[in-house]
Amino acid sequence: MKKAAAIVLSMAMALSMAACSSSSSSSSTPETTAPESSVETEGSEETTGGSVYYLNFKPEADAAWQALAKTYTEQTGVLVEVKTAAEGQYDSTLTAEMDKDHAPTLYQMGNQGALNSWGDYALALDGTDVVNEMTTDSFNLVNEDGETVSIGYCYEAFGIIVNKALLTKAGHDISEITNFETLKAIADEIHANAETLGFDAFTSAGLDGSSSWRFSGHLANMPLYYEFRDDGITEQPAEIKGTYLENYKNIWDLYITDSATTGSDLLTATGDQAEAEFKSGEAVFYQNGTWEYANLTTDNGDGITPLNPEDIAMIPIYCGVEGEEKAGLCCGTENCWAVNKESSEEDIKATLDFLYWVVTSEEGTTMMAEQFGPCPFKNAKEPENVFFQDANAYTAAGNYVVTWAFNYTPAVDDWRAGVVDALGQYTAGTGEWSAVETAFVQGWALQYANENQ
Amino acid sequence: MQKTTKRKRDHSTLNSTLIRRPIRRHFWIFLLPTFSAFCIGFLYPFLQGIYLSFCNFKTIKKAVFVGFDNYAKALSDSTFLHAFWFTALFTVVTMLLINVLAFLVALALTRGIKGSNVFRTVFFMPNLIGGIVLGYIWSMIFDGILSRYGTSILLDTKLGFWGLVILLLWQQIGYMMIIYISGLQAIPEEYMEAAKIDGATKWQTLWKITIPNMMPSFTICTFLTLTNGFKLYDQNLALTAGRPFVLQSDGSTLKTTEMLALNIVNAFNASGGKNRGVGQAKAVMFFILVAVISIIQLRATRNKEVQQ
Repeated sequence: MKKAAAIVLSMAMALSMAACSSSSSSSSTPETTAPESSVETEGSEETTGGSVYYLNFKPEADAAWQALAKTYTEQTGVLVEVKTAAEGQYDSTLTAEMDKDHAPTLYQMGNQGALNSWGDYALALDGTDVVNEMTTDSFNLVNEDGETVSIGYCYEAFGIIVNKALLTKAGHDISEITNFETLKAIADEIHANAETLGFDAFTSAGLDGSSSWRFSGHLANMPLYYEFRDDGITEQPAEIKGTYLENYKNIWDLYITDSATTGSDLLTATGDQAEAEFKSGEAVFYQNGTWEYANLTTDNGDGITPLNPEDIAMIPIYCGVEGEEKAGLCCGTENCWAVNKESSEEDIKATLDFLYWVVTSEEGTTMMAEQFGPCPFKNAKEPENVFFQDANAYTAAGNYVVTWAFNYTPAVDDWRAGVVDALGQYTAGTGEWSAVETAFVQGWALQYANENQ
Repeated sequence: MQKTTKRKRDHSTLNSTLIRRPIRRHFWIFLLPTFSAFCIGFLYPFLQGIYLSFCNFKTIKKAVFVGFDNYAKALSDSTFLHAFWFTALFTVVTMLLINVLAFLVALALTRGIKGSNVFRTVFFMPNLIGGIVLGYIWSMIFDGILSRYGTSILLDTKLGFWGLVILLLWQQIGYMMIIYISGLQAIPEEYMEAAKIDGATKWQTLWKITIPNMMPSFTICTFLTLTNGFKLYDQNLALTAGRPFVLQSDGSTLKTTEMLALNIVNAFNASGGKNRGVGQAKAVMFFILVAVISIIQLRATRNKEVQQ
């Protein structure tokens, strides 16, 4: 018995020693922690210049970034390390990484909230080679001093994805949908005949965290965009009026009525559920963005036959605003690069060189087009994604682009949480629409005040 | 005779200063590994945490000292007070229910019923599942039932409260049951026999013999359920995440089922983590609160323990 105790105790001691030694050595090498994936690119250790450490926020693009980083290191000898934060953990990962001696030299800063939090750490990029390669500055973020502190490296579009084949089966054509009235008429008709048709109008408008951002973020962009357009707002406002909230209600009511899933069931319906419904042909309409293209048209192992790219298209979100027949898709981005100005001079230079290479080289532009679609750089390649063709077609036809007004949202997570909860109570019938309005308008003012006190 | 002298000599050698002194002088070498691990892993973060509660900070490197500002803000935060009362109520309810039910289950499973071991294992199992997973599983179970009545655990504060209670009961009764079973089995057989011979009823035996002799088990179980109730986080996050919210006239949201730990994490990340100091101040107050309450509880129940 005593012997056993002695063994256990000595093991505990050995373990605590091991714990000591590992915690003291971890400062010199970057740790690999569970929620992150990290591959250090092997390269010549004795490179004289700086190195690049990119904290990426799209898990789906992680493999592509790792491969590209490796190629760059092979060609130039400059070490490029890419780490990817787990889904939804970007801000906390960035906070932890920024505190280390080995902090990211390149990070994501894609909206006003991120600019408020991380703008102090961002280098002014005006006049750098990579900025000179850009074709537009409309996706860039500018700080209070007018410096470009983060650059949008790709853009995305969202709207209502339509299954054209099902729409034809229901006896309609996509060209009939030009505004909210026509959308509602068709959706109501499909919903009424759902049993005979075998499919419904809209996929489930789930309010689970994996899906609610489509409504508290993207759908909420509609009232925000129109209000800001009317009022000529070009920077983050302290207060909003909610002029177009009636239109928000129009389209939300449509989503939660003309669908197979309604009422309190929507509170826990997930994003995967909506995606599966659309992919397996159970619904004609599905609000989402260009990033869904690959999931819908390729077999990603979920056992559902992929959709034919020719059968799907994206239309603008119509919500009954005057003149919306001339609306285009909602185009914008949260994919913006910022360079950490606290890094050493060599590291900053290495990072800027790497970015320039990414947007100009054959390997870089190919990867960017595959992973991110259209990129606003002179040498960018054309992507295959049909949704971008739709977006371009609307613009070419003279329709106005609905920009991402929601990028101005203050304390975006807190604000959205309030809106989602109010939407949930309204949807389940236990709350009033006025609560959504309060969460929307007063919530904005409050979060703005909290952030700017 | 010779043997004893030999033993005596051995004893004195071991106690000789020649052997003792070097050990005494170098005791710190033996303490060093564990002590340094304790410093790195606990003491330093703890002290730094207290310091940071007096600072405005986003990253630790750029902390600005602001004095008691954060404490004033935390105490004037109505959501913090709401979370405190909600947590206190929750803790009292779960502490009582878990201990009563776990004790009853332990009594039942020491009667020698067939399959006792199987039952013990089954009751203990929920403990092996992580809190987040439990929260999601139970949210599916609750909503599966509640959606028939057109409601959801996310829509009603009362449902959220009792949902959390049920979840925690399910998770912890088995664990406390094991402690009570070992306590029951440690009561000397003679006591029971003596009580039987004296003609004590079952009820009298329970109150006069079993429970007083099991006070150490009650001490540890009430301590565990009390602190677990106060510190509950994962299950709260996964099951309700504080919903439903009540909108106040100024547009702020009162998260009606938000408990203290979740409130602290939310404060830590509020406004994009612009000022984590308020969250840190709340965390320090939370630590003091839990420490004080558990010390009081330990004192109170220890007094009731009897010497066997």
